[in-house]
Amino acid sequence: MFDKEKIAQVKKATDNWNDTVIAKTIAKFPERKPEFKTSSDIEIKRVYTPADVEDMDYERDLSYPGEYPYTRGVQPTMYRGKSWTMRQYAGFATAEESNKRYKYLLEQGQTGLSVAFDLPTQIGYDSDHPLSEGEVGKVGVAIDSLKDMEVLFDGIPLDKVSTSMTINAPASVLLAMYIAVAEKQGVTPEKLSGTIQNDILKEYIARGTYIFPVEPSMRLITNIFEYCSKNVPKWNTISISGYHIREAGSSAAQEVAFTLADGIAYVEAAIKAGLDVDEFAPRLSFFFNAHNDLLEEVAKFRAARRLWAKIMKDRFKAKSTKSMMLRFHTQTGGSTLTAQQPDNNIVRVAIQTLAAVLGGTQSLHTNSKDEALALPTEDSVRIALRTQQIVENESGVTETIDPLAGSYYVENLTNNIENMASEYIRKIDELGGAARAIEKGYVQQEIQDSAYRYQMEIEKGERVIVGMNKFKVEEAAPKGLLRVDPIVGELQARKLADLRSTRDNAKVDAALEALKKAAQGEENLMPFILDAVRVYGTLGEICGVLREVFGEYQQTVIL
Amino acid sequence: MDIKAGLLNGDKRACARLISLIENEDAQAVELLKELYSMTGNARVIGITGPPGAGKSTVTDKLAKLLRKRNKKVGIIAVDPTSPFTGGAILGDRVRMSDLNTDPGVFIRSMGTRGALGGLSKAANAAVKVLDIFGMDYIFIETVGVGQSEVDIVKLADTVVMVMVPGLGDDIQAIKAGIMEIGDVFAVNKSDRDGAERTATEIEVMLDFNRGAAYRPPVVNIIAKDNNNIDKLMEAIDDHYEYMQNSGNYKIRKRNSLKTEIIDIFKYNVVKSIEQKSENTNIIDQLVELALDKSIDPYTAALRLLKELRSTES
Amino acid sequence: MDRPIRVVVAKPGLDGHDRGAKVVARALRDAGMEVIYTGLRQTPEQIVETAIQEDADVVAMSILSGAHNHLFPKVVKLLNEKGADDILIVGGGVIPEDDIPGLIEAGIAAIFTPGTPTSVTIDFIKNNLKRN
Repeated sequence: MFDKEKIAQVKKATDNWNDTVIAKTIAKFPERKPEFKTSSDIEIKRVYTPADVEDMDYERDLSYPGEYPYTRGVQPTMYRGKSWTMRQYAGFATAEESNKRYKYLLEQGQTGLSVAFDLPTQIGYDSDHPLSEGEVGKVGVAIDSLKDMEVLFDGIPLDKVSTSMTINAPASVLLAMYIAVAEKQGVTPEKLSGTIQNDILKEYIARGTYIFPVEPSMRLITNIFEYCSKNVPKWNTISISGYHIREAGSSAAQEVAFTLADGIAYVEAAIKAGLDVDEFAPRLSFFFNAHNDLLEEVAKFRAARRLWAKIMKDRFKAKSTKSMMLRFHTQTGGSTLTAQQPDNNIVRVAIQTLAAVLGGTQSLHTNSKDEALALPTEDSVRIALRTQQIVENESGVTETIDPLAGSYYVENLTNNIENMASEYIRKIDELGGAARAIEKGYVQQEIQDSAYRYQMEIEKGERVIVGMNKFKVEEAAPKGLLRVDPIVGELQARKLADLRSTRDNAKVDAALEALKKAAQGEENLMPFILDAVRVYGTLGEICGVLREVFGEYQQTVIL
Repeated sequence: MDIKAGLLNGDKRACARLISLIENEDAQAVELLKELYSMTGNARVIGITGPPGAGKSTVTDKLAKLLRKRNKKVGIIAVDPTSPFTGGAILGDRVRMSDLNTDPGVFIRSMGTRGALGGLSKAANAAVKVLDIFGMDYIFIETVGVGQSEVDIVKLADTVVMVMVPGLGDDIQAIKAGIMEIGDVFAVNKSDRDGAERTATEIEVMLDFNRGAAYRPPVVNIIAKDNNNIDKLMEAIDDHYEYMQNSGNYKIRKRNSLKTEIIDIFKYNVVKSIEQKSENTNIIDQLVELALDKSIDPYTAALRLLKELRSTES
Repeated sequence: MDRPIRVVVAKPGLDGHDRGAKVVARALRDAGMEVIYTGLRQTPEQIVETAIQEDADVVAMSILSGAHNHLFPKVVKLLNEKGADDILIVGGGVIPEDDIPGLIEAGIAAIFTPGTPTSVTIDFIKNNLKRN
């Protein structure tokens, strides 16, 4: 792209500048630090020039929005056409309360629903299971059966909203419940749109809400791919998540690397199960974090898009361009929030919002300022949503597409992150793929090393977190935090007892027995799960049958 | 806390405290072990070793569960390396044994390798005695089979199970050198993986070289996480034990390990007393200075130390 | 005391966010302690059994799900029932300031919220052991 002679001149001039002007300046006024680095340990130069992107080929490496390799974005007009989806993750205690919150958020102009489930639901236990004690309704809504799901979406037309459900190990059960609720509303499955997270590998790596071992988990996932490609075609069947990997302490480059490595594992599993890549790949979506290092984050999103496009085209020989497009949801970084001076978090979230938008996200959740303390209140959720709306309507960054393209620094960082991620993926391939690398603890170890290094940098004051290790103030304890009523557990337990005595238990037993037989065989389990859900088999009963057949995953701990 | 009464009455806290006292080289612990030594010798001791990542904890977990079904009480000593720089350690073997935790018939203890001087095998040996007195029918000692000190520990066992796994590559070579020989039973874990057959063959080939005819260690293919062939592995362990009993080798092994233990304790006490003595008199430093000057040689220096020690003891 | 301090680092409850627990475990090790790490999804009963069998000086627990008011005091209660009241118990995680007095009252010696340097936790443990 650049003239070779020109580049040589620039290099010479840069050297000259460093040797004269800079040498003199530094001698008098040393720089703040001996070296400057990004989170991914990439050294940051004093200044970037065309020489840092001398090999860049515009058509090959960047091209146009909506064109391979999608570095600049997956849609041709991006935010000039349509804003990203503002999607706030929310779910509170009971289905009734959550339903109220959803209606409130829809009234406030939110355009998609996002459901958070409590931990027993995420791990496939009913609310009255002993391990559920103290956890029911704590981090999201408790769903035990189709009954709860009916209440959750009461009065919300499922053909009009798109719903994202943060559910993984029991994703097929919750999706089945969603389909069953739609049936009752008279909405057919092909009209449903939304996403299930359904990403078990990152649960093993970072988030911890796994149930079954690797092989049966991968089977459940590919069962969903297959079922949805035929019956729920607008559904995003997986949201391959780097978010939690980053929260666990990875660097930006590791976030891209491990997420795409997981993606490769899912594509391989689906192909092995006999699916055609172009049939399911267009429904794959991704989920990334947005941290404070604005330019590195933008480069991260761009690098992820370009690398995934190449992987799909070269490695998996995808033909449909839709298979090559990395579409992603972003959430601002929960671990970047501080419990100290929580108002500062509003500013952090604003920077992270910018990063996500400049990086071309398809949807965004902005964290509320008080999330380092407890579940967010309605007020703080509104500020978080307003942050997105300010960036959308007032900042001007949405008026042109990928405005940071061509920045020597951003392009150089994009290349660097892509290269580091490719190197990790090569290493994971060597170890036998993502699932094997996770079982060996390799991925976890890499993340923990980063997390520990980061923590020590903060403690030594090498990394400043405003309000936490610098610019501290005495502050009173914050008031008015949202808390969950401890009787929610009892309420759910009572509802369950009620359900078990009023439903047709013979039908439930038959459906569970059929599911068990199917699980022992090779069939697609989705229709069996749907049958069990329709007759009000509970989540715990369904997962219990599968636990019996599949066993449970044992975590690998390497410290 | 009355440790003795607690230990004899099945109080886990007392058992745990006594093991701590042993690890901390407390004199009270030695006195108690002296007193109760005659009560030892009822437990079967099984060593579990092998390279990192072979699944030793899972194997131990599954064997323990099998024995629990047979109503046997099980003690487990899981050893992990101590950092030589900080003296700290992360002991993570319990992660794989979570559901044994609350079983009243199971006692699990994690130990760091701590200092040098064969201190660990001494402590592990004593911990085995404690669990034996505590009434455990089976005691597992689990260590990473990478170094000599770990080998010394599992040598305490009546039967040593070497857990291998396919796909370790060069690690197998490293393990072979001097350590493979101590295996009485070989378990090839994750035997559904590629390369399992090759690993088993490699072990067989090695066994062809190393042993005479009297006893040939069996190689058992297992998938520990699925509880696959764990009963076969237990059978092989029992067979080995029976062979040892019938052939008289059991007595020989016991005799040898007692001899090693006595010599270890003796060495340890000698070194300890010299160190203690030197704390007051600086005798070691003095001898070092003399040897540095070449006015004395290290051999004579060592003899002089011994003399010093004797003179104080008489 | 020249013996290493023994600490059980545990994740009670169902949440899988173990970044904090693992960072603390490493920091304690680097401070010369023996850390018995339990892994995820531990019941109070399991934690108590581990603490007893390991003869721990300290039990350090981390919860990010909000179940702390239920699970932390339960561990204290069970330890006391077993006569193991000489174990120092500390907690950490996303815990609202309002909840801390109640937890201290219940027998948790200290609560470390996000942003607490590991050195603070280490010093607290060293200075507040209940036995020598």
